[in-house]
Amino acid sequence: MTGFAFRSVAPAETRPSQWRRLSREWSADRQAFGGASWRKAMMWIFLLSDTFVFGCFLLSYMTVRMSTTVPWPNPSEVFALEIGGTKMPLILIAIMTFVLISSSGTMAMAVAFGYRRDRVRTALLMIVTALLGATFVGMQAFEWTKLIHEGVRPWGNPWGADQFGSSFFMITGFHGTHVTIGVILLAVVARKVWRGDFETGRRGFFTSQRGRYENVEILGLYWHFVDLVWVFIFALFYLW
Amino acid sequence: MSAGTAGGPEQAHPIRLYLLVWGWLFVLSGCSYLVDYFHLQGSLRWFLILLFMIVKAGLIVAVFMHMAWERLALVYAILVPPAALLVFVAIMTFEASYTLLTRLAFAGLG
Repeated sequence: MTGFAFRSVAPAETRPSQWRRLSREWSADRQAFGGASWRKAMMWIFLLSDTFVFGCFLLSYMTVRMSTTVPWPNPSEVFALEIGGTKMPLILIAIMTFVLISSSGTMAMAVAFGYRRDRVRTALLMIVTALLGATFVGMQAFEWTKLIHEGVRPWGNPWGADQFGSSFFMITGFHGTHVTIGVILLAVVARKVWRGDFETGRRGFFTSQRGRYENVEILGLYWHFVDLVWVFIFALFYLW
Repeated sequence: MSAGTAGGPEQAHPIRLYLLVWGWLFVLSGCSYLVDYFHLQGSLRWFLILLFMIVKAGLIVAVFMHMAWERLALVYAILVPPAALLVFVAIMTFEASYTLLTRLAFAGLG
């Protein structure tokens, strides 16, 4: 770190490096992220806190799975579906993954069209995103129903370690709740975009603030985070 | 990858970039599904699952969430704290192994 003090003697006309800017911003003693959009920064901070929520869920899942003396149920068989007479391992989860990734793709494009001030395309892509999200929740509801009929409970299941049920319901339930909230928010913001609120400067019904197209990007951050969490759940819970 | 466009409202990335990342996410998800489909086991399975997971997460955060174009101060504020989770993982691994040991030693199998 002393290297930085030495380098500060260097001629001042050179453009400050990334590291220089980093240390300057953190040691400025005024405010970090100067000039940044606080809405976006606050969404990032929220997502960071949410990372720890899901991190703790996955950690507790790891802990109970490692410490149980009873074999863990094989997710590949538990989540298999019979399609046309053949048993496909994990097929529903794979489809859910593709659906959620597609919704992330349409959301990313909605954000890009929002910054191009393409009102109609932004709204339509957000609606598509919301529909894909709703499809995901629907498939999750189907999966829950199937497992509950097969006897999976938070305190036990027919195939092995009792902790399987509680981990499964807790993790996928919390994730599904996030997706549901995202779908509702997508519908709300898509309506605003469609109506042209961000052009006319109409105030929001809840915050009384004027929105901008940045709102689409901020909602996009949340939506991509939901997809991101699913990437980890898919790998650590379903495939492990 | 210039820094400092964080607050800038206009980020006109080509749509093609998003379609490309979308395609890659599909391919990677397909690969991780195939890991299960072909019943790969042991450390190969472990390695491939984590590899596809990290690459997918990186693509989503960097491109879809525009992290690649954010200022470094924000990038580190968001990406460094989750590293604490790795420490937590290490602690809980010890804890879980100890629990398993005591269960095997005193409670009998099953």
